[in-house]
Amino acid sequence: MLTLQINGHAAEFDVPDDMPLLWVLRDVAGLTGTKFGCGVALCGCCTVHLDGQPIRSCVTAARDAVGHKITTIEVIGDTPAGAKIQKAWLDLEVVQCGYCQSGQIMSAAALLAGNASPSDGDIDDAMSGNICRCGTYPRIRAAIKHAATL
Amino acid sequence: MTNLPPPAGLHGPGRRSVLAGGIALVLSTALPAGSRIARAASARFAPNAFIRIGADGSITLVMRDVEMGQGIWTGASMLLAEELDVGLDQVTPEFAPPNDKLYRNPLLGLQATGGSTSIRGDWNDLRKAAAIARSVLVRAAAQQWNVDPAACSVMRGIVTHGATGQTAPYASLVPLAVTLPVPADAALKNRRDWLLIGTSQKRLDTPTKVNGKTIYGIDVRLPGMKIASVAICPVLGGKLARLNDTAARKLPGVVDVLKLDNAVAVVGEDFWAAKQGLDALDIDWDLGANAGLTQAQIVQGHADASAGSGIVARMEGDPDTAIAGAAIKRDAVYQLPFLAHAPMEPINCTAHVRQDGATIWCGTQVPTRAQAEAARVTGLPIEQVTVHNHMIGGGFGRRLECEYVGIAAALARQVPYPLKMIWTRETDIRHDRYRPYYYDRVAAGLDEKGEIVGWTHKTTGSSVMARWAPAGMRANGIDPDAVECAENPPYDFPSLRVSWVRHEPPGLVTAWWRGVGPAHNVFVVESFIDEMAHAAKQDPVAFRRSLLRMNPRARNVLDLAAQKSGWGSAVPKGVGRGVMVQSAFGSFLSVVCELGVSPENEIRLRRVVAVMDCGQAVNPNSVRAQVEGGLVFGMTTALYDEITLEKGRVQQSNFDSYRMLRMDETPSIEVHIVDSTATPGGLGETGTAAAFPAVANAIFAASGKRIRRLPLAAGLVSGS
Ligand code: FES
Ligand code: FES
Repeated sequence: MLTLQINGHAAEFDVPDDMPLLWVLRDVAGLTGTKFGCGVALCGCCTVHLDGQPIRSCVTAARDAVGHKITTIEVIGDTPAGAKIQKAWLDLEVVQCGYCQSGQIMSAAALLAGNASPSDGDIDDAMSGNICRCGTYPRIRAAIKHAATL
Repeated sequence: MTNLPPPAGLHGPGRRSVLAGGIALVLSTALPAGSRIARAASARFAPNAFIRIGADGSITLVMRDVEMGQGIWTGASMLLAEELDVGLDQVTPEFAPPNDKLYRNPLLGLQATGGSTSIRGDWNDLRKAAAIARSVLVRAAAQQWNVDPAACSVMRGIVTHGATGQTAPYASLVPLAVTLPVPADAALKNRRDWLLIGTSQKRLDTPTKVNGKTIYGIDVRLPGMKIASVAICPVLGGKLARLNDTAARKLPGVVDVLKLDNAVAVVGEDFWAAKQGLDALDIDWDLGANAGLTQAQIVQGHADASAGSGIVARMEGDPDTAIAGAAIKRDAVYQLPFLAHAPMEPINCTAHVRQDGATIWCGTQVPTRAQAEAARVTGLPIEQVTVHNHMIGGGFGRRLECEYVGIAAALARQVPYPLKMIWTRETDIRHDRYRPYYYDRVAAGLDEKGEIVGWTHKTTGSSVMARWAPAGMRANGIDPDAVECAENPPYDFPSLRVSWVRHEPPGLVTAWWRGVGPAHNVFVVESFIDEMAHAAKQDPVAFRRSLLRMNPRARNVLDLAAQKSGWGSAVPKGVGRGVMVQSAFGSFLSVVCELGVSPENEIRLRRVVAVMDCGQAVNPNSVRAQVEGGLVFGMTTALYDEITLEKGRVQQSNFDSYRMLRMDETPSIEVHIVDSTATPGGLGETGTAAAFPAVANAIFAASGKRIRRLPLAAGLVSGS
């Protein structure tokens, strides 16, 4: 049994302690907003926050998340930075297929929470681990800058 | 077991979670569309297959096109709302069930979404369907009030008779409307009366894509569902020879091990258990006839085949004689690699096969084919197979195939529970169906004035059409996709021959890929025309321009792209601009790419300017988004991607070996839209096709190196 604090609630999970957090979230907790894209920390689809820091849940063992606050896309809109990012994403129509966007938004929300007006270089550093196969990068960049003005 | 309140946002039956008791079962993926139709069925106006207006005021657009990011749910809803005289916010799109008769794409001949055809097909069909529906509803109101229908107007679904001031919402007219005859035709609005078409509208599908609520196929959760991870024989045509699953079956969470002729699946309570089980299997494959196949053999096979004369797709004048007598002659070989689709959502499919029928949950671009494939594999009659389609996390042609539905069904028929099959990224890339390899020979000649006198283009490659839609082949044996944009270049050549040699390489299956024929031929034509411009010592824009005298729309986008990009203005050393122009998918596009090449042959994309004339832009912001995304997709591919085989096995497997452009590598992209009232053209694939030559020509401008084989980054290093 592992106790995980997910989106403000503590719950116990009867899973192997090396099970990646991604699959605990998706298949056990039923939080399917966090996506599987590569499984080996190459794409960023599975990004969630651990104590506010973006991490790749596909390579984070459940035991390593014990004792930390896990935040997923389902509730990121409850944080000021998350709400701004979501609004900016819709204002600028960033989204295409949307599959990568949970991860993009989690990376961007973490960036904005720690940096009120990110530069292009900051955006490159924070966002280059997130792949978008639909090619929404130019709009993601613009939307992060827009979010900083909201 | 502790008794905690459910965490916010948690849903679904957590099989291994102690929380299950407190969480409502959400079956949103399986049932919403059907259940709503069922509720409204008693009183709804359904004058055709696309429109359902309920007595509760609901307006449903039954979407034959799938939404995979291209924005068609919004664009199609705009067409409907425009002619129905309702607000876009009043329309709810939903997935059409599989039905080729009702939901056939008029350009493709079956219920399929692909080839940048959605808006082109919907433009007439949906506007007409909505205009007819509106006319019946207005007639119902007029009849009720005993007035002339022509004296009535409609705004936001409320019919008004101006003279008497009477009003009636559509909802109240449904009972009468269902009793009236539906006319075969109705007049469309005048352009000047449009309220929606041509305005940038917010997409309908995106609000739930920014909060994780959209349910893609991979997110389906059902009571009692288990999850399968699959190992497929690494060589096409091979078979399972021996399996030892003792260790796998002992692992916690592993439920079953299932076999197919050429695959093994481990079923787990969750994906992780299934994947751990798969890794613990001891498998011997009988690799079959392709076990020794190498990439060099495949390339040589194409080169050898291209020596044949092939079938002539188009012949104008006598290009051989013209080129033989030309003042300047050039010939070249261009090659394009096999490509994987790598949609962000890996291939997956959920199937529940029972005695009395089967249910499939997936994202598919071909719902009727998915249904037929499940029926074939399970032996069930087609009517007993239900397909629930989903929002698609990237199609790009991959989900025009449905062999994965067959694999899921073949596994699910062995077990009583619903089974969700998820491929790892490695399986997704290694067991894709690939864009064909192309080996193209081109030749052209210039006279003393530097004008082209003859042009020949012979393309060699696999025919996707012959397998996927044999009815699409021409009577003379030509695959129209293989020569698209080669046989009809935008240019005015005095003599021309375009021919095609079909060559089917062993070891893989070829398939549609974003950009289809144009993504192949536009690269060759626009690279080689660039070579001819340089051979003629002319500016690449001016040279193209002189060949576009008969093609004003192509010339216009070229002129604008040159102007907007600052064509001809000074660039730093090591930086160059490449230009291209195309007429493809019913749209005209010109792109200028500016990039730098370092002395170490590193490529740095700097800026891309695109000018699009897609006729009437239905949702201009969406048009821009599609061109931007298509360009990024194309630049990624042009620079980096290829699928190669060694020992019959695909060498690439994940985003390290099949890499994607990232944020820090993506240039600024400007898309300008030409104001046009022409019939709408296609969009989704235009940017992808355009990117290949734009980047290749820019590399030449920056470095003086003409790369004739994709991917360009590798070619730049190897010097070919
Ligand atoms: S799924 Fe975790 S980084 Fe790709
Ligand atoms: S929006 Fe489709 S992968 Fe990013």
